[in-house]
Amino acid sequence: MLAINNIEVVYDRVILVLKGVSIEVGEGSITTLLGANGAGKTTTLKAISGVLRSERGEVTKGTVQLAGRRIDGMRAHDVTRLGLVQVFEGRRVFEHLTTEENLIAGGHVKDAATVKQGIDMVYSYFPRLKERRAQVSGYLSGGEQQMLAIGRALMSRPKVVLLDEPSLGLAPMLVEEIFGIVSRLVKQERLSVLLVEQNAAMALTVAEHGYVMENGRIVLEGPAAKLRDNSDIKEFYLGLNEGGARKSYHDTKHYKRRKRWLS
Amino acid sequence: MSEDLGFFIALMLNGLSIGLMYSLIALGFVLVYKSTDAINFAQGEFVMMAALIGAVVVAFNTSPILGAILAVLVVLAVMIGFGFGLERVVLRPLLGRPIVAVIMATIGLAAVLRGLTPIIFGGETRALPLPIPDDPVVIGPATLPPIQVLGAAVAIVLFAGFSWFFKKSRMGVAMRAVADNQQVAQAMGINVERYFALAWAMAGIVSALGGIVWGSMLGVDVQIAVVGLKVFPVVILGGLDSIGGAVVGGLIIGVVESLAAGYLDPYVGGGTKDFAPYLLMILVLMFRPYGIFGKRQIERV
Repeated sequence: MLAINNIEVVYDRVILVLKGVSIEVGEGSITTLLGANGAGKTTTLKAISGVLRSERGEVTKGTVQLAGRRIDGMRAHDVTRLGLVQVFEGRRVFEHLTTEENLIAGGHVKDAATVKQGIDMVYSYFPRLKERRAQVSGYLSGGEQQMLAIGRALMSRPKVVLLDEPSLGLAPMLVEEIFGIVSRLVKQERLSVLLVEQNAAMALTVAEHGYVMENGRIVLEGPAAKLRDNSDIKEFYLGLNEGGARKSYHDTKHYKRRKRWLS
Repeated sequence: MSEDLGFFIALMLNGLSIGLMYSLIALGFVLVYKSTDAINFAQGEFVMMAALIGAVVVAFNTSPILGAILAVLVVLAVMIGFGFGLERVVLRPLLGRPIVAVIMATIGLAAVLRGLTPIIFGGETRALPLPIPDDPVVIGPATLPPIQVLGAAVAIVLFAGFSWFFKKSRMGVAMRAVADNQQVAQAMGINVERYFALAWAMAGIVSALGGIVWGSMLGVDVQIAVVGLKVFPVVILGGLDSIGGAVVGGLIIGVVESLAAGYLDPYVGGGTKDFAPYLLMILVLMFRPYGIFGKRQIERV
């Protein structure tokens, strides 16, 4: 559905942030992109959705294809029109608009009837938003804002959703609830999701396929089940030891161990 | 009714109608600030431009009614075009730069317009007569100049229109979304640049109508641009991003000016109406730094 082929991203014409990243997102499934802070995950998403331009970044090499059509170099609002939408990290709802107005703004590229249907669809997936429909969204709780951010993205009836750290700053129960809804959306609406997460354990449970990123490169990829068993992933992203038990930081000198993919 | 009370009511009504006319110009600020976050320091010059073009068109026509209608249409067309063009030529290259760059650009624009105007139109004060009756409108103890009543009416109609637009229309909601967060708005498929252009064009509409009523009241020359400065306390009082705030701010400033002129001027020899609004502005800012209706930064704790 979405194919990123060997892209390179440069900020301000000099700073090379992504160095030959290739990612494939299958239709109707979740693909996850893992990595530490500053690895280039968010930049990857922005490069795909086209908002990079407003931050003076540029895709200088490689291609991004949405359902076979090249979208790199397109402007963000045109990309959205074609059916790809990004949900930003840290919620970023339109704070001064009400819940419903946020949804209306999210459906900007669709006609009035589709917007109306879309609002009903979003409310059916996120019933909590319906209760809050007339409230100014800046005053919603963190979980509700995340739901709104996802729901608002759905309003453009996308085929591909880029989901940037939906678990950030939320209670574990809420994280589970939101991931449950996202999984349902993927199945029922045949959405393709590219999920960026710090919560690797959660991401590898819901995803079918995963990529690991470090310093602007993909260093590891594979089916999510396989990645869960990879000893490096266990050690550095899941916090488990070789046997699978929870690692205690008392009895490991984890700095002794080198990540094998680096050598 | 006692004479004192009558005097007070007359001052109030005069202040309210002038206040609405201030709000009209203030609306130009608000529209631009709301969607682009930039303060348009050339707002007064927009008004001046509109008034001048209006005066020229009216002078060309022999029939006053036809002339006035034509003037309104021409001025509207020119100012809308000017708003669009300005966004395209001056402001779009500044997109993504610090907002100060845009503000500086409007200051520069103001200087250019003020400098060019006497060269093109000459320095003399022109009349901008409108086909309205000359007799003052009598409301209770107050007698108001008809142009003031017309200005107030125009302001009310525009406010109602824009309020509806921002609350109820999808375009208006999109415009507020752009104001809230440009990057996210873009990702939602909203063409941010187009909405910026629309905001400037809307400021053009307001300036066109504001220019015609103010020009008709004061006479048209470069000095009319000062109106732009006078509405600063209005927008700051009301909150830079609130249409309702522009109305209330305008009404308060109008009333304060009128009361100051009526009650204080006899004692100090005049001139209080020029600084009373600023004094009030400073007082309000002490207690509500975002203005009376301005949007607060929402911080959840």
